[in-house]
Amino acid sequence: MNQNEAHFNYILRLADTNLVLGHRLSEWSGHGPYLEEDIAMTNIALDMIGQANSLLQHAAKLEGKGRTEDDLAYMRNEREFYNTLLSEQKNIDFAFTIVRQFLSDAFDFHLYKKLESSKDETLAALAVKGGKEVTYHLRHTAAWMERLGDGTEESHARLQKAWNELWAYTADLFAMNTSDRELVKAGIAVDNETIKSAWLKTVEEVMKKAHLTMPANTWQHSGSREGKHTEHLGFLLAEMQYLHRTYPQAQW
Amino acid sequence: MTQEAHTYTNQEIFRLLATIPDPEIPVITIEDLGVLRSVTREGDMVHVCITPTYSGCPAMKMIEQDIVSLLKEKGIEKVKVDMVYAPAWTTDWISDEAKEKLRRYGIAPPEKATADKSAITGKPKHLACPRCGSKNVEMISQFGSTACKALYKCLDCKEPFDYFKCI
Repeated sequence: MNQNEAHFNYILRLADTNLVLGHRLSEWSGHGPYLEEDIAMTNIALDMIGQANSLLQHAAKLEGKGRTEDDLAYMRNEREFYNTLLSEQKNIDFAFTIVRQFLSDAFDFHLYKKLESSKDETLAALAVKGGKEVTYHLRHTAAWMERLGDGTEESHARLQKAWNELWAYTADLFAMNTSDRELVKAGIAVDNETIKSAWLKTVEEVMKKAHLTMPANTWQHSGSREGKHTEHLGFLLAEMQYLHRTYPQAQW
Repeated sequence: MTQEAHTYTNQEIFRLLATIPDPEIPVITIEDLGVLRSVTREGDMVHVCITPTYSGCPAMKMIEQDIVSLLKEKGIEKVKVDMVYAPAWTTDWISDEAKEKLRRYGIAPPEKATADKSAITGKPKHLACPRCGSKNVEMISQFGSTACKALYKCLDCKEPFDYFKCI
């Protein structure tokens, strides 16, 4: 992989995570626990899909093969997606959705802060913009973590259950390949190791407020940085890509 | 009366576009909001730069179409609308007059300078109800009818209202 290909691939990682998680959240549209929360989740979905759109445009330009953001979103297969494993996990219930979102928001919050000084000016600008949005998302999901964890017996039990299952996807958030490391040297990418302690601090702060404990089993899934996914991504893509692939010329 | 396309200065084109209302909040214009950034020329091609308020704001597409169709009406056919991301849009670009227009429309305007707020503990500040001016208000949801607004309720006049979030 030359540097431009690596760069393209790195932007895909960021774009795909936003796209897939945004799509997951959008599945709540019309099914939220109450109207305001339904709107909140779809608002966050909108921000994430918007960020994915800008990032995919940037990726398409870097690639320079005439593909558009839509080609990248709708015409790639499962193994060509580089989103985090966490982002593709199913909604299950509201507690699962909130834990998944919180862990991801906390990661993005710290990642975007670092990306603001990337030598890729477009990426830096998108990180500034995305960072402002993520700040609101994180505040929202952190508040829900506390509310569910410190709420009723049932809400706490559900949150802890979600925490135990989803914690196994957190190491994968930080996954990097050898090309990413080259990009770190070039000042384009962020070394995910450098945000780990800040992310953990945010996570532990919220865990404490939510009275959560770490799961006994600390085994971790891996593979997304190489395009290896859990079984859920294929189903998600089938639904997301269906219309575009069936009617390739479809326009709004 | 329509002028010949080439006789418009960039400044005149900017003034024309500055009259386009925001599709979601029609009491303010895209210039008031800070979305309209610049007008430049490259030969006979007019380049209009706009910046999105929020990444996924669905109004951006509509604003783009409004720009193209307004200029077409004025006989300016060669138009390219570019989305710029740096510097990132901030509510600090909304003028004081526009903030007053928002308030009269029933939307509590954003407050100034927000950079110092921490992500998790950031508490909403003391806003006033746009209808009765009471500061006895409560947040209902961080996310309102559009990406840029939060939903509040006034505990005195009992009216719900939108608050234009600072970013």
